[in-house]
Amino acid sequence: MKILVPIKRVPDPATTIRVLPDGSGIATDNVKWVINPFDEIAIEEALRIKEKQAGSEVVLVTIGQSTWQEQLRTGLAMGADRAILVKNDGYLDPLALAKIIAKVAAGENADLVLLGKQAIDDDSNQVGQMLAELLGWPQATFASKVEFADKRVTVIREVDGGLETIAFNLPAVVTTDLRLNEPRYASLPGIMKARKKELKEVAAESLGLDLAPKLKIKSLTAPPKRQAGRKVASVEELVSVLHTEAKVI
Amino acid sequence: MDEVQDRDIIAAVRGFVEREVIPFASDFEHRDEYPHPMVAGLKSLGLFGATIPAEHGGLGLSFATYARVMEELSRGWMSLAGVINSHLIMAFIITHHGTAAQKEYFLPAMARGDKRGGLALTEPHAGSDVQSIRTTAVRRGDDYVLKGSKMFITNARNGTMLAVAAKTDPLAKPAYAGISMFAVEKNDAGPAVGANLKKLGYKGIDTCEVTLDDLAVPAANLIGGAEGLGFKQVMSALEVGRINVAARAVGVGQAAFETAIHYAQQRTAFGKPICEHQAVQLLLADMGTGVEAARLMVANAARKKDAGERCDVEAGMAKLFASEACAKISLDAMRVLGGYGFMQEFPVERFYRDAPLMMIGEGTNEIQALVIARGLLARYPA
Ligand SMILES: Cc1cc2nc3c(=O)[nH]c(=O)nc-3n(C[C@H](O)[C@H](O)[C@H](O)COP(=O)(O)OP(=O)(O)OC[C@H]3O[C@@H](n4cnc5c(N)ncnc54)[C@H](O)[C@@H]3O)c2cc1C
Repeated sequence: MKILVPIKRVPDPATTIRVLPDGSGIATDNVKWVINPFDEIAIEEALRIKEKQAGSEVVLVTIGQSTWQEQLRTGLAMGADRAILVKNDGYLDPLALAKIIAKVAAGENADLVLLGKQAIDDDSNQVGQMLAELLGWPQATFASKVEFADKRVTVIREVDGGLETIAFNLPAVVTTDLRLNEPRYASLPGIMKARKKELKEVAAESLGLDLAPKLKIKSLTAPPKRQAGRKVASVEELVSVLHTEAKVI
Repeated sequence: MDEVQDRDIIAAVRGFVEREVIPFASDFEHRDEYPHPMVAGLKSLGLFGATIPAEHGGLGLSFATYARVMEELSRGWMSLAGVINSHLIMAFIITHHGTAAQKEYFLPAMARGDKRGGLALTEPHAGSDVQSIRTTAVRRGDDYVLKGSKMFITNARNGTMLAVAAKTDPLAKPAYAGISMFAVEKNDAGPAVGANLKKLGYKGIDTCEVTLDDLAVPAANLIGGAEGLGFKQVMSALEVGRINVAARAVGVGQAAFETAIHYAQQRTAFGKPICEHQAVQLLLADMGTGVEAARLMVANAARKKDAGERCDVEAGMAKLFASEACAKISLDAMRVLGGYGFMQEFPVERFYRDAPLMMIGEGTNEIQALVIARGLLARYPA
């Protein structure tokens, strides 16, 4: 089985994010970059499938600048077989990303595209769904368990208030939720092997797609600073404050 | 050398330390408990093979990268660098002086961490003065029979074997020409490992007395296959140990400095963060400078070792400077943290207790000074 895992480079969740004064983006100095945690789960799941199904191949793809190689190398060090960097410098909206991934998936003859349900930077939660639509493949979002029997996939999905089990045939798109697995860390021998694996670059323009954004980010604002708490003397005062000031009851 | 790869390796070790070591180190340390989960992590990272050549199944890291890796481990918990250090000293001795059969038998298993080594040099009455060791090895048929006792032996309990220095010719003149090294694998017959010694710092890891009570060791385990080569074999590996210990000092110094500089920006006194008081700034500047200088000295010694140049003077200087700087920095960090620095809730008290070991282990700093002076005098003849 050939599994395509699209990954995104995002700021380390532990980094303190500062919005630029003009609201055009975030300050990137001193930011540590990592693989989007949901995508890391997707890589792990792909590797587990490969370990069970001999002859499988795990191919990573990312769409971004040359520096994003770093995250591809981390994925290769975890155990993926090869990687593709679709080079692009400007902003791409989720639909443009989905178009690029669809093109790569078709070109690679992938059986399964496994990706994070969302990226932790903009939390769009759109690429997987759009991708399935563009490819005309079945999709299972928010997967917490993925099982195979031949070409048939059974996925348990995390939905509001419970779990949903769905089954469909490959090829398909699956997006990962937090509880699907615990991703492995790259070992040092893995890192050394990764340097010898194929990392191919293609220019986004060369794919012949309309990538003009339909979505524009107008500005970013930091969440309001948290105010210090306040002590009240009695339950009566608490209820009254919640009613008259906070207006929540 | 592959810079990108080395950077990735250091980043991977740093990530491991942040996730698996820093949050738990002080708890294990205060309980003086062996960190089995962390050691399993070192094993799966491949660090037991860090400097073992790739052709023998190791990572074949350069000493420059190895030093950075040891620094990162020590930034989390210095004891972890000890789990690796004497194991790799033993591996170095086998790599450079072992017979082909010894290399084939020991190195791949050591690189995987399946066989785990240590170094048994020091004796109750002989530390700096290695030549005066009293442990003897007498040939009997296909074996050597070892008799004597060893002191302060790290990894003695949790390791599976030790490189033991013993005298095959106690009357040799000069004395060092009578010393041989043996790869001694632990089995039911011995060596006997005493209780874990109680230490000021460097806790969690086992340091023990080891007794060799007429223990038969196969003659095939005489390293290099000939008697009387042990002293030179050990000395050649001590540079590796010195770089390791110096790098540990950089790591502990870095950790103490980081704790202090973060704390100084949060703690307020007299209406402003203490980092705005000049007296605290002087301390921070001094600490940062000390760590930086120490790191560069270690990198320089390691680079020389990688280039195959003699580096006893540089390794000695790095070890001497870095360990003294580390002791001062950990004390200064305590000053910056005030009363909190003295409490077990903050890691500074641990750094402070760990720091002195680097002044003593792998040759005391007084011995380093002798080595440095001797080397300098030879370089600058009258
Ligand atoms: C926690 C710990 C772990 C250790 N692990 C190991 C291990 O795994 N394997 C191992 O073999 N050893 C190990 N050691 C031993 C360590 O290497 C020795 O403690 C060290 O070499 C010093 O020897 P000593 O303790 O006998 O001190 P001594 O040699 O007795 O020195 C005492 C003092 O005399 C000074 N001195 C001695 N000779 C001279 C001289 N010629 N000129 C000037 N000053 C001198 C020393 O600098 C020191 O100040 C460990 C020690 C410790 C504390």
